Amino acid sequence: MNRRTLLLGTGAALAGSAILRPNAAFAQQATITGAGASFPRPVYDRWGAAARDAIGVNLNYQSIGSGGGINQIRARTVDFGATDAPLTVAQLTEGNLMQFPTLMGSIVLIVNLPGVGDNQLRLTSDLIVDIFLGRLRRWNDPRLVEANRDLRLPNLPVSVAYRADASGTTWGFTNYLARVSNEWRDGPGAGTSIQWPSGQGARGNEGVSNAVRNTPGAIGYAENAYAVVNRLITTQIRNRAGNFVSPVMETFIAAASAADWSVPNMAPDTLDLPGANAWPMTVGTYILLPTNPPAERVEASRNTMRFFDWAFRNGAQIATQLEYIPLPESVTNVIRANWARQVRTPTGGAIWTA
Amino acid sequence: MPGGPARYAWIGGRRHAVAALPSLLRKDVVVSDMALGAQSAPGAGGRRRVGSFGDKLFAALCAGSGIFVLLLLGALIVTLFIGALPAFMTYGAAFITSTDWNPVEGRESFGGAVAIFGTVVSSILAIIFAVPVAFGIAYFLTELAPQWLRRPIGTAIELLAAVPSIIYGMWGLFVVVPFVQVYIQIGLGEYIAAIPMVGFLFESRFFAGTSLFTGALVLAVMILPFIAATMRDVFEQVPPVYKESAYGLGATRWEVMGGVVIPYTRISVVGGIMLGLGRALGETMAVTFVIGNANRMPQSLFDPSTTIASIVAMEFPESLAGSLKQSALFALGFLLFVISFIVLAASRWLLRSRLK
Repeated sequence: MNRRTLLLGTGAALAGSAILRPNAAFAQQATITGAGASFPRPVYDRWGAAARDAIGVNLNYQSIGSGGGINQIRARTVDFGATDAPLTVAQLTEGNLMQFPTLMGSIVLIVNLPGVGDNQLRLTSDLIVDIFLGRLRRWNDPRLVEANRDLRLPNLPVSVAYRADASGTTWGFTNYLARVSNEWRDGPGAGTSIQWPSGQGARGNEGVSNAVRNTPGAIGYAENAYAVVNRLITTQIRNRAGNFVSPVMETFIAAASAADWSVPNMAPDTLDLPGANAWPMTVGTYILLPTNPPAERVEASRNTMRFFDWAFRNGAQIATQLEYIPLPESVTNVIRANWARQVRTPTGGAIWTA
Repeated sequence: MPGGPARYAWIGGRRHAVAALPSLLRKDVVVSDMALGAQSAPGAGGRRRVGSFGDKLFAALCAGSGIFVLLLLGALIVTLFIGALPAFMTYGAAFITSTDWNPVEGRESFGGAVAIFGTVVSSILAIIFAVPVAFGIAYFLTELAPQWLRRPIGTAIELLAAVPSIIYGMWGLFVVVPFVQVYIQIGLGEYIAAIPMVGFLFESRFFAGTSLFTGALVLAVMILPFIAATMRDVFEQVPPVYKESAYGLGATRWEVMGGVVIPYTRISVVGGIMLGLGRALGETMAVTFVIGNANRMPQSLFDPSTTIASIVAMEFPESLAGSLKQSALFALGFLLFVISFIVLAASRWLLRSRLK
């Protein structure tokens, strides 16, 4: 009991120090606070540091997880929330929120197979589903060998590793599985955490990658940014067009531009898109902004939009450096139009006028 | 308030005051006594007044601190229970027996059986691993070890108890998990799985090394110091004359342990084990790292499983406020509280004669 209380206390202390960090020199600057998804945190942090000098908006972002971000913005304790799993139109209307994407990221499969190098293993969606259903038990299964004739697959048991903590990565990955397989959709289903039919859970990207690294014959999924930085062995996947694609920026951008961004909650289907070169597991990460900020929060709401406007114009390089996918310009124009249309002051005026 | 000089005056003043003031013979005599000495030292002729504002304030603060603990405990239970109420209302007693844990939107179904099973089994296994070693340590320290070695080993055992659990988690993940995987599961797996009757307990198709067994192993190391320290303390309390009588009758060391020390300390030893069990039940981080976090009923000791503390730590940050999932997590927390409470109460009861 003590231990948990301590843990919470440490968390609170860390959060507290994050609030205190902006030093007195920036006291005259506008501060906006946000909380939520941990997936885009590296980019938001770098954007925040750059935007402080560029436009005088000081971002205080706490990556408490998507669920926490949704809770916080519903309670209006922050200026914006951030989530990986987008809300539906009904949920947005109910919470008086608008939603827009800021970045995209990709999910990749990571494997530990002696003798198999980076992006050599070729997997089809059927094989992925059967592996994660626990149906393919050994790596030298004829179906795997059939898809990988040029590789010598070892005779090892297949060990599946998944995220045990609820996460946007799991949301994206399980939605992909549910998309490509009716059996998965009606069986385990899709969500930020699900009832996995097989395998072992680990905490966070680092837990999954560690489980994979320690176990010959293991396969798991992770964010691309994490996999690249840690030089994990990834795989090719056959996309909807029937081509085997590798997880590289080119295929990610192909997926981003194939999506239909005009949907009302700005959260288009980005999974398993038809483009010839599109990576099948690409997901957005989203910001939740109140559409009805009270009078004293109007300025913070405007600054939030100024911050992301700046980030869309100038932050693409930072995002790609960190292996995230910036949004196409056509999308950011739609976002600005939605700001102007949806976010209103208490008297009904538009807050975003640029 | 009580300054330096007051303390010097205390002893002398006390006798005087007790004689002079019958009111001090009430049961709050100690508190009044001390405050009284503190108060009146500077006064003329050593006369002391009782019941001044300072006394009452001090007594109230002390009583308040005591009652605060009770209120805090009560508030914890009530908060957990209120949070858990929607889950209990939805599932009733089936919450405890259902193995389903499905957080997917639209088909939510929550049951605590897997987590409860994992918690109880990993803790009991940990006790099974830890008790023989703890007994060995205690026996060595009280009977066999030369005097100069007793203190260093005793201190080392107590230091083990001070290692933060996250360290055990990291050690478990990077040392114990590969060890179990390579040397036990892959090295011995086939042989122990072939043992008749119990072989199925060891037959697993998960080869990652994170399992119920590994969790129990790490837990065993964590609770070892608690059990060993309690056992040492109670062994030391056996009156030497008993042991000497037995030795005088020609008993060996082992016979003295089995015939005198253990029977004399039996209940306290069990109490110490329960204390360790209580700690094992609530352990979070170290177990989360090594148990595999799978919400499926394990078929073997080498299958991944989960514990209540682990599932709450994993799922709570992403559960929406007011959702059934959050309520189910509260319900699990409440059940863990109940289980821990029962175990710790049992341990206090068994240890009652030693804790006086």
